[in-house]
Parts: sequence; structure tokens; C-alpha cells
Amino acid sequence: MATLDDLKKRIASVKSTQKITKAMKMVAAAKLRRAQENAEKGRPYSEKMNNIILNLSSGISDKENAPKLLSGTGEDKVHLCIVLTSDRGLCGGFNTNIIKKAKAYFQKISDEGKTLKIITVGSKGYDQLKRAYKNDIVERISFKDSKTINYLDAEKVGKMIIENFEKKEFDVCTIFYNKFKNVITQIPQEQQIIPLKTSEAEENSSEDNYEFEPDEDEILSNLLPKNISTQIFKAMLENSASEQGSRMSAMDNATRNAGEMVDKLTIEYNRSRQAAITKELIEIISGAESL
Amino acid sequence: MSEEFKIEIVNPEKSFLTKEDVTEVVVPAFEGEMGILKDHISIISFLKPGIIKIFSKSGEDNYYVEDGIVEFKNNNLSVLTSSIFNIKDIDKNKISELLTQAEENSKNSEITDQNKYLVDQKIEVLKTIN
Repeated sequence: MATLDDLKKRIASVKSTQKITKAMKMVAAAKLRRAQENAEKGRPYSEKMNNIILNLSSGISDKENAPKLLSGTGEDKVHLCIVLTSDRGLCGGFNTNIIKKAKAYFQKISDEGKTLKIITVGSKGYDQLKRAYKNDIVERISFKDSKTINYLDAEKVGKMIIENFEKKEFDVCTIFYNKFKNVITQIPQEQQIIPLKTSEAEENSSEDNYEFEPDEDEILSNLLPKNISTQIFKAMLENSASEQGSRMSAMDNATRNAGEMVDKLTIEYNRSRQAAITKELIEIISGAESL
Repeated sequence: MSEEFKIEIVNPEKSFLTKEDVTEVVVPAFEGEMGILKDHISIISFLKPGIIKIFSKSGEDNYYVEDGIVEFKNNNLSVLTSSIFNIKDIDKNKISELLTQAEENSKNSEITDQNKYLVDQKIEVLKTIN
């Protein structure tokens, strides 16, 4: 059995861990509010962008010559996956959930005999994927240095994707990220960005008769690369809100667990102290009796 | 009858500006400056570097943009842009910084004709506001 001294030390160490997790929870809560605000502020841009593209793509008469970013290369051989994760750990199942989703997709791709290419954004994703998919990872990006999520970072990734696409390095591009629903729930998402899916285009395109200047094709070819960056930026914003939310609930749980542990240890400590006292008493009494 | 319409400028980070009482907007569209009044036909176009002029009852506002898309529909003008500055607030140093950057770009020999045209536009506009 652990001695009194050992128990005392353990209680002290659990208590100090609890202090850390509590502080991390507070920080995550403060950051979460900001991240959530940013995610909400960023929404109008990507929504408007999406609407315009839907309107445009439904207006294109000549589907054959539509920009490749919209219609695809006509092949389906090489898949590029962008896995967006966080740069820091201690955020519960946040990164694991994305990786799980991505791995399921990777499995499907390789089962179908297609080539897989992976770009990881955020160092945690790379850490988790490097063991199994080391040879498939073509690029790893991390924005550890930039304090806030900014559009320039997203644009860098977007430009890289487009450059690779123009070099015909891949046919289909999918991004993986966590969508922020609320503090407790984040949903891992799988979104195909090249070729763009325009399934919703049919519904709201009927009445809009736009005038285009210059013509549709030119606007589209100017707009689609921007849309890639925008989608990535949106994913990054959602991801950062999710990360903070996930960290907050993970740290909340950790704080609670530490509290329970302290209670348990304290009871054990008190019991063994009492046992020691009783033992001593018995020894004294039986010593006196034998005289 | 009122001659006013609504303008909304958004950039990726946030909604930059919303105004309900705008009477006229001049945007630097790709094929030349374009003035938009109320009941303009629905239009989509994209921007080249230039100045957006917004006329409203409270006066005239000028914004410098580098790129973007405009959409006008049902008397709602939306401008999507990733780089926009209010000319009143913009810092002189920032302008010269952008200017030197643009001048470097234009000297780059690998630049495509279209990009060259855009960069030259940018230099011209920056020089006028500087």
C-alpha cells in the first residue's frame, strides 16, 4: 500500500494538473469566441461567391469548353487530398476525427486502384499520417507562425493547388476539415473542390438573367481559382473554431476527471492516516494490558 | 420615387461595408469604369485595380481595390474583394509599399500580358492617389 507521503505527493500533482487544464479551458473559451465570430463574419463572402458561381455555371451553354476547374479533366485517376488539421495537440478527438475520415477515403481510393496524393495543412495531420502514408504525402504546410487565420495563407494554398492542377498533377481534389456545429459537436467534412460540384445549380437559376462583362467564360476562369482559395479559407475558419471548441470540451472533461481523482485520493489518504492512528493505539493499549 | 439602392462590400474576413442610401456607384470593371444607378440590369463583372466611388446623401466615399467581383441584382450591389482600403484612411507608406511591389512585378519578364496590363493599371492608380 502506498505510504502517506506518496499519497500526499500524488494529490498535489493531480491538483496542479487540474490547474493547468482549467487554465487551458479558459483560454480555449476566450479564443473560441473570437474564432466563432471570425467564422461567422467570413460566411457572407463564401456564400456570395458560391451563388455567383452557381449562376454563372448554369448560364454556360457550351459545357464542352467550360473551364477545367469546373468540369474536371475528364479523367478520374489521380486524387489530391488536402487534410486540414491543427498545429497544436490537447484538443480531444479533433485531429483524430479528421484523420479517420480522411483515411477511410484514402482506403477507398487505393482499393479502386487510383493514385493518391496528400497535402497536409497543420503539423498534427502530418504527424498522424506520416507512418502509413509517408510516400503519398507530396507537401506539408503549417501556419504556426501566423497568429490569426488570414486570407493570404489560404490564398497560398489555393495557388499551389491551381498550379499543380495546371501541370496536370491530379484530376480530383478533395479537402478534409471539421465543420463547427457547436462547442460539443464538430462534424468532419469531406468536400470536393475540383471539379466543382454544382448539384444545387438547378434550383435557383431559372429566373436570373445576368448581363456579363466580359463574357461568362472569362469571368468564370477568373473566378474559379478565387473560389478555391475561398473554400480553403472557409475550411480554415471552421477548423479553427472547431479546434478551440474541441479543446474547450476536452479540457473541461480533464478538469472534472482531475477533480474526481483528487476526491478519491483524499479519501484514501484520510483512511490510511486513520488506519495508522488506530494501529498505534492498539499497540499502546495491548502493551499496557500485558503489563 | 427614391433613387437609392443598397451596396454591400464583403472581403473574406468580414463584411466590410453596407450602405442603404447609395445613389450612384462607379466601379473599375475589367473593361472600363462602369457607373451603376438604381434599376440597372442584373450584371456580373470583375474588377481591375482602381477606385470604387460611392455617392450617397452623406457625400462621396472612395475605396481603392485591387481585384474583385461585382454583382448587381434587384437593386442590390455586392462587391466581393480580397483587398480594399478606404482612401481617407490609407497610409502613405502603405501606398508606396504597394507601388514598389507592383513596379517590381511589372519588370518581371515572365509576366503574362493580362497580368502585365493589371499591374500597369495598379501602378497608375496608386500614383494618382499617392
